[in-house]
Parts: sequence; structure tokens; C-alpha cells
Amino acid sequence: MELSNINRKRIITLLKEGNRLDGRKPFENREIFIETDISNKAEGSARVRLGKTEVIVGVKLQTQEPYPDHKDEGTLIVGMEINSSAGDRYEPGPPQIDAIEIARVVDRGIRESKYIDLKKLCIKDGEIVWSVMIDIYGINDDGNLLDASFIGALSALKVTKIPVYIEEEGIKYDKTSEKYLPLTKNESLMMTFYKVGDNLLLDPNREEEDISNARLTLAISKSGKDKIIHSMQKGEIESISIKDLNKIIEEAENVYDKLSLELNKLITR
Amino acid sequence: MEEERLEEISDNNFDEKTDRKLVIPGEIIVSGEDYLPGDFTKKELNNIVANRYGLAEIRGRVVKIIPVSGVFEPRRGNNVIGIVSDINFSGWRMDIGGPWGAFLPLSEYPKFINRNNIEEIANIGDVFSLKILGVKRGSVDLTLKFRGLGKLEDGRIIKINCHKVPRIIGKEGSMINLIKNKTGTDIMVGQNGFIWLKGEFENERKAEEAIRLIERESASEGLTNKVEEFLEK
Amino acid sequence: MVYTKRSDGRKMDEIRPIRAQVGIVPNADGSALFATGNTIAIATVYGPKELHPANKRKPDRAMIRCEYNMLPFSVSERAKPGQNRRSKEIGMITENALSAVVDLRRFPQSVIDVQILIIQADAGTRCAGINAAAMALAHAGIVMKEMIASVSIGKIDDKIVTDLTKEEEDWSEGEGATDIPFSLTSNTKECVHLQLDGRISTKKFKEVIDAAIKSCDKIFEIQKRALKGEIIDENKKDKK
Repeated sequence: MELSNINRKRIITLLKEGNRLDGRKPFENREIFIETDISNKAEGSARVRLGKTEVIVGVKLQTQEPYPDHKDEGTLIVGMEINSSAGDRYEPGPPQIDAIEIARVVDRGIRESKYIDLKKLCIKDGEIVWSVMIDIYGINDDGNLLDASFIGALSALKVTKIPVYIEEEGIKYDKTSEKYLPLTKNESLMMTFYKVGDNLLLDPNREEEDISNARLTLAISKSGKDKIIHSMQKGEIESISIKDLNKIIEEAENVYDKLSLELNKLITR
Repeated sequence: MEEERLEEISDNNFDEKTDRKLVIPGEIIVSGEDYLPGDFTKKELNNIVANRYGLAEIRGRVVKIIPVSGVFEPRRGNNVIGIVSDINFSGWRMDIGGPWGAFLPLSEYPKFINRNNIEEIANIGDVFSLKILGVKRGSVDLTLKFRGLGKLEDGRIIKINCHKVPRIIGKEGSMINLIKNKTGTDIMVGQNGFIWLKGEFENERKAEEAIRLIERESASEGLTNKVEEFLEK
Repeated sequence: MVYTKRSDGRKMDEIRPIRAQVGIVPNADGSALFATGNTIAIATVYGPKELHPANKRKPDRAMIRCEYNMLPFSVSERAKPGQNRRSKEIGMITENALSAVVDLRRFPQSVIDVQILIIQADAGTRCAGINAAAMALAHAGIVMKEMIASVSIGKIDDKIVTDLTKEEEDWSEGEGATDIPFSLTSNTKECVHLQLDGRISTKKFKEVIDAAIKSCDKIFEIQKRALKGEIIDENKKDKK
């Protein structure tokens, strides 16, 4: 269904009063559903629903030569594809959000926090290291594929196990070493704030996202009592004010705590 | 507009106690020389075979399928709600769901129009209640030239499974009127599954929840009671 | 060496344990999951809907547009994401199979989008995809004459076997392995898809047809039960 003027007006007006059509508060996210190990060929995998937005994520481990400036570290690559019918849009053409942008933003969210202990993924210094390849597939887009993708990647990483590697023979994918992917305590969470009208909100549905023309994604982790920002990305064509920027950073601290609690209940290693 | 629409709703009268069973394409519903193939069925030798996933219903000699899923299939005379998606020199393209684009020509607007202010009358994103004049290969023709049709201001629209519309309206409008009265919300139901609501925020949300409840549980017994109970809360 | 026993203990004409379910992606117009053994396919259907651009529309009928996607992590050695020649070909043969039973003339100029996702692959992926797609189409309320079932029949050495695993597909001893994916309609028992790779005598082919019909009949029953709301998982059944 095309976005109508009356819905647009309604959403913006309600948001001024702190209300949303589905009854949520502006910084409240939709229900999260996580299922892990959905593909036994992946070293780690997960299926995540954020409201009706749905992604499937898989992690594969391969070996490669390390990069010359990081001879003792494993590598990380994130890719994303979106089901071309996923949003059932009335308008023809490519999806509004770019799969490449999502992949790169999710990548930086994981990489910059140093969540994966890449040093422990070194098999032989300077010669051979593990390469972590995360592939995200967007099955349904009802808004906020960005954050759904990140939760998917996080969930898949947490259950990823390293396959057996035998020198001279290579990787034995049908055997698992029973060792989990080495993850550090620097778990970062990603949250994207969208500007709708003059107000900010989290986790928009499709209509809210269609109305929004500016967003800011942050990846945040906790260090003692402090919250550390590891990556940021402003998206879409409109500007955000400095006032918005400050409000976002302030709100992000609260959101981190709530989201962290919620996700820990849902994903168990 | 309400009266007109209700008479045109197909007579899928769910109150009658007819046995309906869910069938799949290719399934033999019933065998026998006397039976006649109705909607979405085909007669093959002595068998009436389903050509669509849905509820098979036998009334007298006629066997038909009542769809439970699938996109809106536009028919002449349908009352629908549409959203303007494009404007050109001869009229407005509208999104009414379904397999084809729909078009409202200038000539089907009930007043005289100055071509220079087409956008003022109906701009992209505006919402209208309209009637389908005709369906020809690949496109749907719309009109506003009936009483009760026109632009819908304020409020908002939601989309539901169009096959649940009869259930949401109810026998002679009983169900939809129940929701309207209990929530004090203005509601207009398009046969294409687009529904317009306008009311005070909390009441409007309640009305939407009630509609979604009916959409989910349309097959259950005692649905009216469930809805009443929900609206009382 | 003669192939007398299958590595997973199945009988020669036995399909792997099947999983089947509809509505697996609630936001699609129709959706289904179909799995046999370790091969899992998910299909989603959107439409019929307006087809853009207009010059792609067929004047007198709907178009079925099928995209077959093996997810990179569905196989042991990660597969490069995106479409390649193999996936495009499988998309096309699936479109052809489905077109044979769908009433395309009902919605001229429109498109029915079918997406098949392989999330786990152990041979027989195109067959699982076709099985899931047929269920998803029905689930979406598309007008169709009958259902379609698909199975990969194989010849390993000199034995005709049903539903090959990857290990069996790779069999290289004796006459090697011949892979014959076969799709049939439910009522008219007509062939809507057939491919073959390998080596088989014309005399032996009749056995292949018999094996395909037998397996497809079993699959039709399962598809019917799944469409009627059952969540089928033969992995959970007690083996005799």
C-alpha cells in the first residue's frame, strides 16, 4: 500500500505528542524474535524478526593469507542481500535502503568494537588465518532492516563454532572443533535513530521509515560505567540538528541498557 | 454509500450453517453427475475439482470455493479506497491493491475541473473512496460519480486481507456498526481491503485492534461475542 | 563395485525425512518451507501484482518471475552470493514448471514473484525449491489446476534410487551417479520439469518414471496436509 498523505500527517502529529500508531513510545522497539542454528552448513546462523522485519544470517569460516599490515589477525567480511520482493512495494525499482550500506554499517559496528578477537583467529603467523564471513539476507522489510541485520549478525556470531583445520588437508567442515568463535566482552549494540517530522524515534515500521528522511546509526558498547561509541553513520538526504545529535547520544545510553538486557535473555550460548 | 456497498458484498453468508472444508488445488471436492462447478472449481468427468486454495462450499447443486487468501481481484461495481500514486494530463493513477493499476480519468470527477489545478483537487498521496466502473485487460477504471464517494480527509488507512471484508462488515453491517458505536470512530471499509479510520487516538487504536482480531479469527465460532468482549474492556 | 546399501540406511525407493509447513514468512502473500533430509528450501510468493516496467508485460497473460537463491552459508564451502548462471537456469526451469499449472490468463499483464531460498543444501535443492514454490503459490490463493511435486531420482552404479544426497551424487565407482530431477502434476500426472546428467540405458528409464511417480504421490499427500495447517516434521517420527 502506497504511503498516503493522511497517514503521513497522522504519524507526524502523533509523534509530537509522543505517540505512535502501534501504541509504542518513540524509543521503544518492536518485539524481537531470535532463532539460532537454522542452517547446519553454516558455522553459525540465526533467523531474527524485529516486528515483521525479518532477516536470516549465516557465518562461514574460511582460511586465507592475512593482510600484510595485520599479519597475525583473522579477517572479517560482511555481505548483504535483500529479497527483491521483500517489501512488496507499490513503487517499482531498487529497495529504498541499500544492501551495501547495511553490510558496511554492520561491519563497522562489529569491527570497530573489536568484538571478535581477531588475534585469536591466527592459525600461522603471516601465513594463514581464519576469515569470518557474515552473510545477511533480508527476507521481509517492514522497516529498520539495519538494526534487524545487526541483531541477526550478533546472534549468529554468538553460536558460531570453528571447524577443524588440518595443515596439509585444509578445513574439515563436517567436523567441529567444539570451540566457539573467540568473542570479547566488547559487545557493541547497534541502534538507528530516525527523524520523522521534527521528532526522533527508534525502530520504525515501514510507513514511519518511508516518511523519515534522515537517520543516524550508532554502535555502542559498555566499558565500566561509560558507554563507548564505536561507529556512526548518518544516512538519507536530510540534515539533523545539533540538538538532535545531542538528544540521540543521550538517549542511546538508556537504550543500550534496555536492549542489552532484552538480547541477553534471547540469545544463550 | 454504506447501503450501496452492503448490497453489493457477495453473498458469502457465513451465518448459514453450511459445511465448509479447506481444499487445495487439484483436490476432488465431491463426485457425482448432478453437481455444477461454481467459482474456482472445474468439472472433470464426474468430479468437481478445486482450482484454488480455500473453503469449498456446496449449496444445492453448486460447488464453489470461497477464497481465504490472495490479492484483491477488482470487479465492476466494487467500492474501494484508493491512494493517488501519479498524475498526468488526463487523470490520476491510483493504488487500490490487486494485480493492475487503476485510473481515475478527469471525466469521472463529478465537478468541472480546470486543468491547471488538477493537483489541488487530488495530489499524490491523497485518499479517495471510489467505485470501479470497469475492468479491462490490464487496467481498472474508476469513478467518483456516485453519492458518498470522494476525498477522505484526516484519519488514516490500514490494509487488511480483502477476503475478510464481509466478516468485518457483518450481516447488514452489524459487526462494523458495533465497532463504530463502541469506539466512536468513523470507519469506511473498501472491498479492496483498504480501511479508513478516524477518531480519537486511543479509540481509533481500539477499533483497529478489533478489526485485526476479526481478520485473525474470522473462522471462529462466537466471533461477535469475542469482539464485544474486547470492545468492553 | 555394486551399490547395495545406501549410506544413510534408506531403502532404494525411500525419500529422506520430509519437513513441510506453510505461512513460514507471514508477510508474503504465500509462503512455505519444504525440506528433505538436510536440504531445506523456503519459498515466498508475492502477487499477482502490477508489473514494471510496462514493456515487460505480456498482453494476454501473467508472468511468473522466479528467483532461485542459494544462500552463501547453505553449503560447506561458502558460495558467492548473488545470481550466477546455474541459479538463473534453475529459476527458469521452475518458472516453466509452475506456469504449466497456473491459470496465467486470469491476470494478464501482471507478475507473480516467486522467491526460492536454499538455506541448507545437501543435493536435491531445485526439487525442494519446486515443492516449496508449489505450496507457496497455492497458499497465496493463486488459481491453479493442480499441485506439482518434484523429486530427484538417481542411478547409482546400476541401481535406481530416490532422493540422492550430495554424497550419492558424487558417487564415482562403477557406472558413477546419474542425477534425474523430475517434477510431476498431481492429477494429470504430467511431467512439467525433467533434467538428466549421467548415463542410463533407454531400457532402464521406465524404472525412473515409476520411481518418480511413487515419490511424487507421497509428496502430494504431505503438501496437502501442510496446506491444511499441519506442521510436518518426519525427523520427529519414531522410526520402526
